[in-house]
Amino acid sequence: MIDRAQESFGRVLLTVVVALVLTVLPLPSWLDAVRPAFLVITVLYWSIAAPRVGGIGLGFFSGVALDVFRGAVLGQHALALTAITYVAVREHQKIRLKPSFQQALIMLGALVAYEFILFAIDGWTGHPMTSPLRWIHALTGALIWPLATAVLDRVRGSR
Amino acid sequence: MAAYGAGNYRASQGRGPAPGFSFFLYAVLAIVLMVLDRRGGYLVQVRYYLSATAYPLQLAVSSPAQAWHWTRDSLTARESLEAQNAALLKQNRDLSMKLMRFDALAYENAELRGLRAALPAVADHWMAAEVVDVELNPLRQRLLINRGARNGVFRGQAIMDNYGLLGQTTRVGPWSSEVILVSDPEHAVPVEIERTGVHTIAVGTGDSDSLVLPDLPANADVKPGDLLLTSGLGGVFPQGYPVARIAEVRHDSAQPAQIRATLLAHLNALHEVTLVWFQDTHPAAPTRLKDGASASGNPALQKQPAPALELLPPPALPHLTPARAKPAAQDSQ
Repeated sequence: MIDRAQESFGRVLLTVVVALVLTVLPLPSWLDAVRPAFLVITVLYWSIAAPRVGGIGLGFFSGVALDVFRGAVLGQHALALTAITYVAVREHQKIRLKPSFQQALIMLGALVAYEFILFAIDGWTGHPMTSPLRWIHALTGALIWPLATAVLDRVRGSR
Repeated sequence: MAAYGAGNYRASQGRGPAPGFSFFLYAVLAIVLMVLDRRGGYLVQVRYYLSATAYPLQLAVSSPAQAWHWTRDSLTARESLEAQNAALLKQNRDLSMKLMRFDALAYENAELRGLRAALPAVADHWMAAEVVDVELNPLRQRLLINRGARNGVFRGQAIMDNYGLLGQTTRVGPWSSEVILVSDPEHAVPVEIERTGVHTIAVGTGDSDSLVLPDLPANADVKPGDLLLTSGLGGVFPQGYPVARIAEVRHDSAQPAQIRATLLAHLNALHEVTLVWFQDTHPAAPTRLKDGASASGNPALQKQPAPALELLPPPALPHLTPARAKPAAQDSQ
């Protein structure tokens, strides 16, 4: 994974839009609970693979899109995504060198941190949702991380 | 360690701000957005346009399901259409019979109350809306419907189906609105028990066919089968619309009674809902609580955040809802 000098922004945008569609696609409720945060995973992937194109800015604007679609307080998902993309961008070279399994563990940590920020803001805005269901997606997200990187690597490689 | 990582980033990129700087910038921006959105309602207009840009994608995402319903509807066999037609005719006849009686009762009621003339119905007019997107999970019970501010929809408007109360609009875009259902865990609807007239609050559970009544004391007079009507408090729903029926009452000693009610509205099979406009001047229309009104009364009610109050129309859309904007500002203080 060599950071290419000019990663095409259009390609990044395409994957982000696809991930957004997957995130908002109506699903039956049992599937919805285990649905991984596709958009978050995609943004994390680009922050690690191509931090100059898909970095903190991408995280912020994807977060605003999530806020709009989720009907959350404007800035909630944006702040959470900004925070975890910052860590991902800062540590991207170290994370890249890890084997897939360890990367998945790091993603688990990142997704839990992401959900925790959302949880904290939920509490602050007076909508505490303490159901344990909200944490499940971190696990499924970490599980599909190897698959997601494989797919996104292909998207990135085929130019 | 941090310096090492940051330095590497700069070296490999050659230009652009350090990640720490852009993180700071975007984090501050996000926090400012949150404060503006939450505290002042300054972003109502922004959200209005954002929801308009999001709507095409939401429509596109829901289009497979819509296409499926359409295909199924158009392929419905003749017999089932005839059966449906017969059922509707019967329902229509039943309703007309009830209505005849209703007119007589309304007149009689007006007489009893000493009013000169029978009052007009509290519902002024209504509009059918199609459900574009459904979100029914334990954390959020929401709908997206295809009517918005262009159709005169306002925030905090009551949504019903043919069986009972469904919820209210929380966000209104130009062509679409988001509806929070009464079963959403963040939603609370002030109700009264029809048999006894006791007022309480029914809170959503995240399960799309039940509500709980957390505030009734252990010795409350509630029985399975009791009907819950909207009480008209809270300023969103008018008095007297059916919400749910008590399904289960569990008394544990010294604990508040655990009471579960089944929703009358059919949340699991929603394609169309009804938006209702009420006459503000009607006595049964929603009454708005004034400042401190909740300070008296049941202390158990006060520890409830009672989101129904917060979800009143926002103050920043005077051109949409001139009469409703002011009290909402008072309530949310």
